[in-house]
Amino acid sequence: MLLIRCPYCEEERPELEFRNAGEAHIARSANIAGESDDDFEKFFFIRSNPKGIIHERWRHMHGCARFFNAVRDTVSDKFIITYKAGEPKPAKLPKISNEVVAK
Amino acid sequence: MAKAATRKTAAATPSAERRAALAGQELSATGVKLAVLPPAERISLRAPEASLAALSKALGVTLPRKPKTSASKAGRTALWLGPDEWLVIDEAGKDPLADCAEVTALHSAVGISHRNIAISVTGPAAAAAVNSGCPQDLALEVFPVGAASRTILGKVEIVLLRTAEDAFRVECWRSFSDYVFTFLSEAAGDAAA
Repeated sequence: MLLIRCPYCEEERPELEFRNAGEAHIARSANIAGESDDDFEKFFFIRSNPKGIIHERWRHMHGCARFFNAVRDTVSDKFIITYKAGEPKPAKLPKISNEVVAK
Repeated sequence: MAKAATRKTAAATPSAERRAALAGQELSATGVKLAVLPPAERISLRAPEASLAALSKALGVTLPRKPKTSASKAGRTALWLGPDEWLVIDEAGKDPLADCAEVTALHSAVGISHRNIAISVTGPAAAAAVNSGCPQDLALEVFPVGAASRTILGKVEIVLLRTAEDAFRVECWRSFSDYVFTFLSEAAGDAAA
């Protein structure tokens, strides 16, 4: 089982308590009715789906119930860093090896 | 006149009898004892930082601000659930909702006394029994006495409170109580083996 660090609970908790909530840092337009169809499509449907580093929203559903953001590697499934909702993307990411480490 | 009189009597004696779910059920296995705890007053409290002092004063118990902790005083326990969310349980029969009503500071207090059922899991194998369905680390170093957390047990959400080294209080929704008690009964048997 993955252990995910919740920035609000300030500790690692089992993945069963969490839910993924899609890509992070997608700002909704302040004037959504004035958006062109193309722009709305981009905002609403188009996601980056990268191979490698992705910024995602997660929710500590069965814990503190708060949404937060996480940087995750889609290749290794490892969480690189988690941070509170509303905070900017971390400028510098800690280096995490993709090798399996037995604790 | 006669009609009014009957109406009055009907109001005085409610026809529906309130029955607590699983009232008084108990189970004993080697090393683990389960018991459905008596009804208690509960509120779900949401409040910003600025209101905490006033609410703590009204409730008579200091609302904990550290994750996974609880505070207890005179039969009333406040459990930290989230950064602005608490579960307050009163086992002394006083209504925390009434205490919160006097506070003018911004907050939301919702009575959930009948939404929840509490089950106590006690005995040397209590942690093992809870752990059979709860993925959290319940070692004393990380989940000490007084630690409280919303988490999951099997398929349902519970609120777990460690009341002593070998005692837990499991709070679950009333409609899930049958599942939780059955789950814990099975787990108690396994933990004893």
